[in-house]
Amino acid sequence: MAFGATQSATARGDSSGEIQLAVTGVSKRFGGVRAVEDVSIAVPRGSIAAIIGPNGAGKTSLLNMISGFYRPDTGSIIFDGRDITRARPPEIAGLGIARTFQNIALFGGMTVLDNIMLGRHVRMKSGVLSSFIYWGLAQREEVAHRARAEELIDFLELQDLRKQQTSALAYGLRKRVELARALALDPELLLLDEPMGGMNQEEKEDIARYIIDVNEQWGTTIILIEHDMAVVMDISDQVSVLDRGRKIAEGTPAEVQRNPDVVHAYLGAHHEPGERAA
Amino acid sequence: MNASRRLDRTLPQLLRDNAETGGSRAALREKDRGIWQTYNWKDYWEQSRDFALGLAAAGFKRGDKLSVIGENRPRLYFAQLAAQCLGGIAVPVYQDAIATELAYVLDHAETSVIVAEDQEQVDKVISLQTRLPHLKLVVYDDPRGLLNYDYPFLKSFEAMLQQGRAFGAAHPGYVENEIDAGAPDDVALFSYTSGTTSRPKGAMLSHRNLLVPAAVFAEAEALTASENHLAYLPMAWVGTSLVSIALHILLGFTCNFPEKPETVQRDLRELGPTIGLAPPRFWENTLTQVLVRAADASPLKRRLFEYFRRVAEQAEQLKADGKPVPPHIALARMCGEILVYGPIRDQLGWRRARVVYTGGAPLGADVFKFFRAIGVNLKQVYGATELSGLCSVQPDKEVDPDTVGRILAGMEARIADGDEVEIRSAGIFKGYYKQPEVTQEVLTEDGWLKTGDAGFIDRRGHLAIIDRAKDVGRVDDGTSFAPQYLENKLKFSQYVGEAVVFGDGRPFVAAIVAIDPSTVGKWAERNSLAYTSFQDLCARPEVMGLVRDEIRKCNALLPPPTRIRRFLVLNKEFDADDDEITRTRKIRRRFVAEKYAAVIDGFYGGASEVELNAEITYEDGRKAMLRSVLASGDVEGGEAVTTSAVRGLAPAPVPAE
Repeated sequence: MAFGATQSATARGDSSGEIQLAVTGVSKRFGGVRAVEDVSIAVPRGSIAAIIGPNGAGKTSLLNMISGFYRPDTGSIIFDGRDITRARPPEIAGLGIARTFQNIALFGGMTVLDNIMLGRHVRMKSGVLSSFIYWGLAQREEVAHRARAEELIDFLELQDLRKQQTSALAYGLRKRVELARALALDPELLLLDEPMGGMNQEEKEDIARYIIDVNEQWGTTIILIEHDMAVVMDISDQVSVLDRGRKIAEGTPAEVQRNPDVVHAYLGAHHEPGERAA
Repeated sequence: MNASRRLDRTLPQLLRDNAETGGSRAALREKDRGIWQTYNWKDYWEQSRDFALGLAAAGFKRGDKLSVIGENRPRLYFAQLAAQCLGGIAVPVYQDAIATELAYVLDHAETSVIVAEDQEQVDKVISLQTRLPHLKLVVYDDPRGLLNYDYPFLKSFEAMLQQGRAFGAAHPGYVENEIDAGAPDDVALFSYTSGTTSRPKGAMLSHRNLLVPAAVFAEAEALTASENHLAYLPMAWVGTSLVSIALHILLGFTCNFPEKPETVQRDLRELGPTIGLAPPRFWENTLTQVLVRAADASPLKRRLFEYFRRVAEQAEQLKADGKPVPPHIALARMCGEILVYGPIRDQLGWRRARVVYTGGAPLGADVFKFFRAIGVNLKQVYGATELSGLCSVQPDKEVDPDTVGRILAGMEARIADGDEVEIRSAGIFKGYYKQPEVTQEVLTEDGWLKTGDAGFIDRRGHLAIIDRAKDVGRVDDGTSFAPQYLENKLKFSQYVGEAVVFGDGRPFVAAIVAIDPSTVGKWAERNSLAYTSFQDLCARPEVMGLVRDEIRKCNALLPPPTRIRRFLVLNKEFDADDDEITRTRKIRRRFVAEKYAAVIDGFYGGASEVELNAEITYEDGRKAMLRSVLASGDVEGGEAVTTSAVRGLAPAPVPAE
């Protein structure tokens, strides 16, 4: 892939080794289904971590627990030294964790710009009354937030779509708008649920480039769920593999690729490590 | 402003003058983060000066070449002027060129400094680095994604400015002395020709070459310092250098750059430029957009549009024929101005435009008439890279779709053997770089330039261009025909994107047609015609029928021997990456003839199906073969052919090797 040529995963980011997000022994059941069972993941600050696994492995459930949509039955989630195991989604967003969804969740009737401005909402301070009068502080605040939204429009190259309704956009573009809205939170940690799902090769390369740029430019920690192995292996620093709710492997992309359990989970039969095609 | 005195100066000298006399006036504007940011003449001068000092510190000397790669951006303009401040030469290159093409030009021009817009362009240059022995320094404008690039020859624009200021403090008056040492006949620019026939050639243009035509043109068209212009055509095109650099600095008006190529339409509307210049392709596309939007409008709006379009074209025709316009048409036209023409001009961004030009290739008469009819003062200009861009323009009162207007003051035109147009002007270039033999081929002994275009001078003294001199052909019965003329007729159809016509030394005329995906797509939608891909759409018998009808319409206006008898709908668009058209979107007919030789033989062999093996090039330069079987059809009585199924269409290209 083109972006692999000039950049190696190790030369990138400012991962200092300090753990930013520590997920320890979390489990989640829905009735009799064990969606996630005793999973622990530690993500260093400024790194790109990938979570992979077959369908139904519990990847999205894990992401939902980190972003507060689900509460874990057991275990703890520590973000920047704070326990967020029981925190609600708005609090978590306020702490600087943003996410995108597997099935795009944009406001279809609103413009690209409005959707991005919405992402700034948790960072806005002026109340209803002062916003209504739109004077002084509220105005200055609006301008500052708009400036940030414009930076993101520039960053994700959405200039020509600023005033377009998102429902009218192509799938790949809507995914990009959703990424812009997540970034509008100025997140410390960005959770991406299949950011490249359903995209063609060119669109995937674009998104991968944006993910690397976000990580480089703002030092944002990124956790992504992705099925495209080539992309995962190219851009992530660490890979965790889930299968039927359990973590079966973890390590650098190269290590994970060699792991026989991973091969088993993906191919469903026992293969010698050497047999597997990259 | 005394124009004639200013002609004995160089571009950097004029820039410095502009900063001294009107430093606070807006020179350049670019849209950044959604807001128009202004650089006044003082900023333009200071940035160019500091960058020149930075170049000097890096060892850039008189006669060295600097290339810019990217969209129109203020800093790329500063960099070109900076090179010229030091007596260097600017070599703008096409930013969408694929790597091999780029390598050829950069190596041939012996470019030592490249100023690239962003990471994409920097990556391209780095990939070519080993093939560019003269390259010493690469400067980038937008730092995004480049933070961790560790190459000794890579620098940011800011770093260059800083280095320049430090160098300037140690060497006071350095740039000023270098500028004063410049002479108007020094080479300022290499403009690489788009090359419809061969490898690009670097036309060497001096300051005077650029400034004299600019000045004569400004006088003929009464252009002033209050113009507002949007520069969005490639920087490497000679017209951009002429208007956005020479004319811009000479007159001191405001030049704007769009946010992104995709936002041009919106930016035009926001700015309301007073002048405009675009190749025929732009006008054709704009008209197509207008028609598509009209077709999608509510029935009332659509009828209003159609009615008032007829009225306007009728009135325009009467005016062109020199007949009086009857009062009822004049009245209808006034209503139309309020209801239709004004709003369309507003939407297109030409409401404040005093005059706009089309040039570079001929424009279909019908497109031309449409814009004039709705009140856009569209005029044809004619020129060539070797003439620094311009040599003729139509005066306001003598606009005519069939000519390219009067030769500008101080220039002369004559018709040589084979109807070839020859021009003498102060804009005639200093020759092709490192190709004196080729230079001699295009210049006559008495100093005229052979344009390679066939044409004539009409009764009024207007120059009219028929086609490229060597393309004018004869069918077997001896009737001569101009392929370009037929192609333009075809391209007026909103469904035809591009067309190439053959027939020289053949029994009849035949055409390869590439459909316009947006309009044919809409048409398919309206007619409930299902299709999966562009290739599938092209292969539909219904689409062949549609194209046949369009060709029949066009044939009705032609003398029988030059009518198009057979045609084929190509299953791809013509693409500059495949060498089929030039970067300025001119058809490279000879190349197309070679590439599709099998198809053309099929035409004349009477086969109803031809196998096409076309090599296609991806944007990153990789190549693949596209294999497919296409149906060709007769224009008259070809019903049987349209129903024949298209077999073996391979939708996915298979790798070449």
